[in-house]
Amino acid sequence: MKKKTTIVMSAMIVGASIFAACSKLLPSAIDPQNGLSSPVDLSNAQNVLFAHGNDVFFANRTAANGLGPYFVAISCGSCHASDNRGHPFTMLTRFGQSDTTGNKFLNKGGPQLQNNNLPGYLPQQMPPGATSSRFIAPITAGSGFLEAVPDSAILAMAASNANNADGVRGHPNYNSIPSYITPFANAIPRGDGKYICRFGRKASTYNLVQQVASAYNHDMGITSSYMPFNPYNYLDQTLPALPSSPEVSDDDFNAVVFYVQCLQTPIQRNANDPTVQHGNQVFNQIGCETCHKQALTTGYSPIDALSYQTFSPFTDLLVHDMGAGLDDGYTEGNALTTEWRTAPLWGLGLAPGVQGGTYYLMHDGRARSIEQAIQMHGGEAATSAGRFNNLSNEDKSALLTFLKSL
Amino acid sequence: MKIALSFSLLLFFIFSFCRSNAQIDSSLLKISSQDSAKAGLTMDAIYERPFLKLGKLPVSIGGYVESNWQYVSHSGTTVGHQFQFRRFSLFVASTIAKRIKFLSEIEYENDPQGDPDQASAGGEFEMEYAALDIELHPLLNLRGGIIVNPIGAFNQNHDGPKWEFTDRPIAMTQMLPGTWNNTGFGIYGKQYINDWMFGYEFYLTGGFNDLIIDNPEGKTFLPAAKSNTGRFTSSASGEPLYSGKISVRNEKIGELGLSFMSDVYNTWQVQGTTIDNKRKVNVFDIDFNTKIPKLNTNIVTEWAWVNVQVPPNYSEQYAQKQFGGFIDVVQPIVSGKILGWENATLNIALRGEYVDWNVGHFQSTGKRMYNELWSVMPAISFRPTPQTVLRFNYRHQMQRDITGNTIGDNIGSTAGFSLGLSTYF
Ligand code: HEC
Ligand code: HEC
Repeated sequence: MKKKTTIVMSAMIVGASIFAACSKLLPSAIDPQNGLSSPVDLSNAQNVLFAHGNDVFFANRTAANGLGPYFVAISCGSCHASDNRGHPFTMLTRFGQSDTTGNKFLNKGGPQLQNNNLPGYLPQQMPPGATSSRFIAPITAGSGFLEAVPDSAILAMAASNANNADGVRGHPNYNSIPSYITPFANAIPRGDGKYICRFGRKASTYNLVQQVASAYNHDMGITSSYMPFNPYNYLDQTLPALPSSPEVSDDDFNAVVFYVQCLQTPIQRNANDPTVQHGNQVFNQIGCETCHKQALTTGYSPIDALSYQTFSPFTDLLVHDMGAGLDDGYTEGNALTTEWRTAPLWGLGLAPGVQGGTYYLMHDGRARSIEQAIQMHGGEAATSAGRFNNLSNEDKSALLTFLKSL
Repeated sequence: MKIALSFSLLLFFIFSFCRSNAQIDSSLLKISSQDSAKAGLTMDAIYERPFLKLGKLPVSIGGYVESNWQYVSHSGTTVGHQFQFRRFSLFVASTIAKRIKFLSEIEYENDPQGDPDQASAGGEFEMEYAALDIELHPLLNLRGGIIVNPIGAFNQNHDGPKWEFTDRPIAMTQMLPGTWNNTGFGIYGKQYINDWMFGYEFYLTGGFNDLIIDNPEGKTFLPAAKSNTGRFTSSASGEPLYSGKISVRNEKIGELGLSFMSDVYNTWQVQGTTIDNKRKVNVFDIDFNTKIPKLNTNIVTEWAWVNVQVPPNYSEQYAQKQFGGFIDVVQPIVSGKILGWENATLNIALRGEYVDWNVGHFQSTGKRMYNELWSVMPAISFRPTPQTVLRFNYRHQMQRDITGNTIGDNIGSTAGFSLGLSTYF
C-alpha cells in the first residue's frame, strides 16, 4: 500500500518536473536565416495586414470558392511554398508569342495553358503552331524591394554594359501595361508608351499588382476586379462566362499584394566565412556580377522599410541573350526568345530544402545543380561561364560555397 | 441543428431527473458492469459502455465528457495556453422488446483537431448515432438508422475515457474521417466457439461527396465529407457506401479486425443526365488489439489504406493513395488501492503515429511525394476507477509538405503538452 502511494506520488512529481522543464521540450523557433516568410520591419497595423495576406496566400481554393474551371494550382502557396523557388509539379506552360510583335494566340487561350481542370470540363490543349516555354515558380521573398528599384537605376545598369568586353549587354523589357495599372510616379516610359517591366522569367510584368492579378487569373482561374473573366478553353464551344462578382475580394487581393511586397529579403548565411568571402571575389572576378548585381538600391516607397534600401538580389532586372540552348522559341514583351531576365540568386542555398532535397534551377527547373545551371549559360554569359569551367578546384568550390550561402 | 439542440436538452432533462433520483435512492441506478479490456469485440464498443439502469425502466442512459489543457508549440511559435472542452456525449439505450433495442448518442463536440470540420464551423451538436436493432438470430441482426460505419477500430471505439491520450489518433481523424456516421441499414452477427469469437457487420449507407478531393486542406481528405450534412438524407452519387468488417477474437491471442468501405463519391449525374464518370473511394483497414498476459500490457493498433480515383488533369496535391495508422502501448504500473481508490491504476503509455497523405511519386520528377507526418506521444495516466482517466501527454511531431519541405506554415516540428480529464458518467 505504502509502496504504491510512493510510486504514484513520484510519478506525479516526475510529471510535474517534465512540465516545469517544458520549454526545453518544445521546438525552438526557425532561424530567420533559414526561412523566407517573415516580414520586413512593419508597424503593428501593417503586421496584421501582412498576416492576413499570408493566410490568403496559403489558402487553398476549391470549386466552391472560385477555383478554375481551368487552373494550374490551387493556391499561391502551392507554387511558392516557403516563398522560395518552386517545385516542378506546379510548373506552368506559356505559349503563343515567338517575336516582339505580341502574342498571336490570345483567342486560343494564350498566353497560358491551364493544364488542370475541374471534373467534367474538357482538358485544354496547346493550339497547333504555337511555341511554348515552361516556367517554374521563382522566389517571391524580397519582391517588394525589386519593385521599388527606380526605372532610372535599371536604365543605368543597361547603359553601363555598353562596352562590356565579355559581350554582356542586356536591356529592360519594354511592354504595354494593362489599363488597371497605375505607373510608378518615377516611371520612365518609352516614346511608344511602353513601360519598363521587371517581374517574371521574361521580366514582362510591370508590378506586383499585375503579377498578383494574373497569378489569380491564369494560375488559379480566379477572377478579380482587375481581371474579371475566367480563362476558358478554346476547344469548348461555350464562351467564357460574363464576369460576376470577383472571386477574390479587393481586401484579400490587396492583402496578398502587401504580403509579397513586405516579404523580407533572404539573409545570407556564413557571410564572414573566409571561403564564402573568397567565393564572392571569384564571382565578381569571372564576370558573374555583371548580370547578377550584388547591390541595388530602392527609391521612395510608402512602406518605410522598403524606402531607399540597399539590398543584394543578384539580378539587374534586365533580359539577356542566353544563347541557343535556352531558346524555347517563346517570349513576352520586347524580349527575344533567347532572352531571359537575370534570375535573382538570393535564397539559392535554401532551395533544396523546398525542392525535395535537390535543385531545379533556371526558368523551367532543367538544371539539377548549381554547376549545371552555370554550364547552361550561353550567349552573353558564355564568357563568364567559360571562366567558371577553367577555375581551379579550390576557386570553384569557394564560388559554390558562396552561392549556397545566399 | 435546432432539432438536435432541443432533443439534447430534452435528454439532459431526463438525465438530470435521473441524477436527482439517484441522490434519493441510489439503488435505483445501477451502473452496468464495464471493463473496457474485457471480452467483447471492438465493434460492440458502442453498446459496451457503462450505462445507468433506471430501476425497472427499460431505458438506460450514460455519457462521457472530455476536457483538457494544452500548450503546443509549432516551430517556436505558440498560441499559448489553451483550455478546451472537447466533448460532451449522452447516450440513451432502450430495450423495446426482448430482442429489439434502440440506442442513440448525441454529442456536443468542439475539437478542430479531432474533427477538422470544426476548425471553421466551431463546436456543434450532432446526432452521432441513432439506430434500431432487431435480432433474428445471434448471427443475423438487422440494424437501421444513423450508424457509425464499421471502418477500423477507432471509428467505433472512440469514447474519450477509453484512451490514455487526450488527442485522437491523427490518421483515424485526419485521413479517415473520425466518428464517420451515415444513415443506412445493415446486418451484423456474432458467434462464440470456445475461446474464439467471430463477428461481422455489413451496411449500406449514405457516403462521401466531391469535397474529399476539393477542400481547403488542399489534399485528398476524407474527413471533408463530414461537413456535408446532406449525406444523412441523400447520397451525393446516388449510390450506397458499402462498409463492412469481420473480427476474430481469441481470449489468449487478441482481436483482429479487417474492414473496408467502398463508395462512388462524386455527383456524376444530374437529373438523370450523366455529367461525369463515376469515381470511387475505397478504404481498407486492419486493426489489432491484445493484452499481454502477466505484464498486462495493452496494445492497440490500426492501419488504413485509402484509394481514391482522382479525376484526370487535376492537381497532384490531391493524392490517389494514402496510408496511416497508430500503435498504442499501455502498461499499468500500479493497480489496486491507490490514494484511497479501491480499483485504481497508474499507467504509462506510448503512442506512435504515422500518416502519408500523398503516397506515390510526382509525374513530373518521378520522385516521392511526401505530405507526411509522424508523431510519438509518451503519457502517464491515472485511472481512479476504470471509467475515469486523468492523463498527461507529451507530443513530439514532425510534418513535411508534399515536396518534403519542413519549413513553412503548418509543417516542421511541433511539440506540446496536454493534461486531460475524461470520464463516463
Ligand atoms: C502555378 C504556380 C503558381 C501559382 C499558383 C502562383 N504563382 Fe507566382 N509565379 C509562378 C511563376 C511560374 C512565376 C514566373 C512568372 C513569369 O515568368 O511570368 C511567378 C511569379 C511570381 C512573382 C514574381 C517574382 C519575380 O521575381 O518575378 C510573384 C511576386 C508571385 N509569383 C506571386 C504570386 C502570388 C501572390 C500568387 C497567388 C495569387 C501566385 N504567385 C500564384 C508560379 C505560380
Ligand atoms: C549575361 C548575364 C549573366 C551572366 C554573366 C551570368 N548569368 Fe547567371 N543567369 C543569367 C540569366 C538570364 C539566368 C536565368 C536563365 C533562365 O531563367 O533560364 C541566370 C541563372 C543563373 C542561375 C540559376 C538561378 C535560379 O534560381 O534558377 C545561377 C545559379 C547562375 N545564373 C549563376 C551564375 C554564375 C555563377 C555566373 C558566373 C559564372 C553567372 N550566373 C553569370 C544571366 C547571367
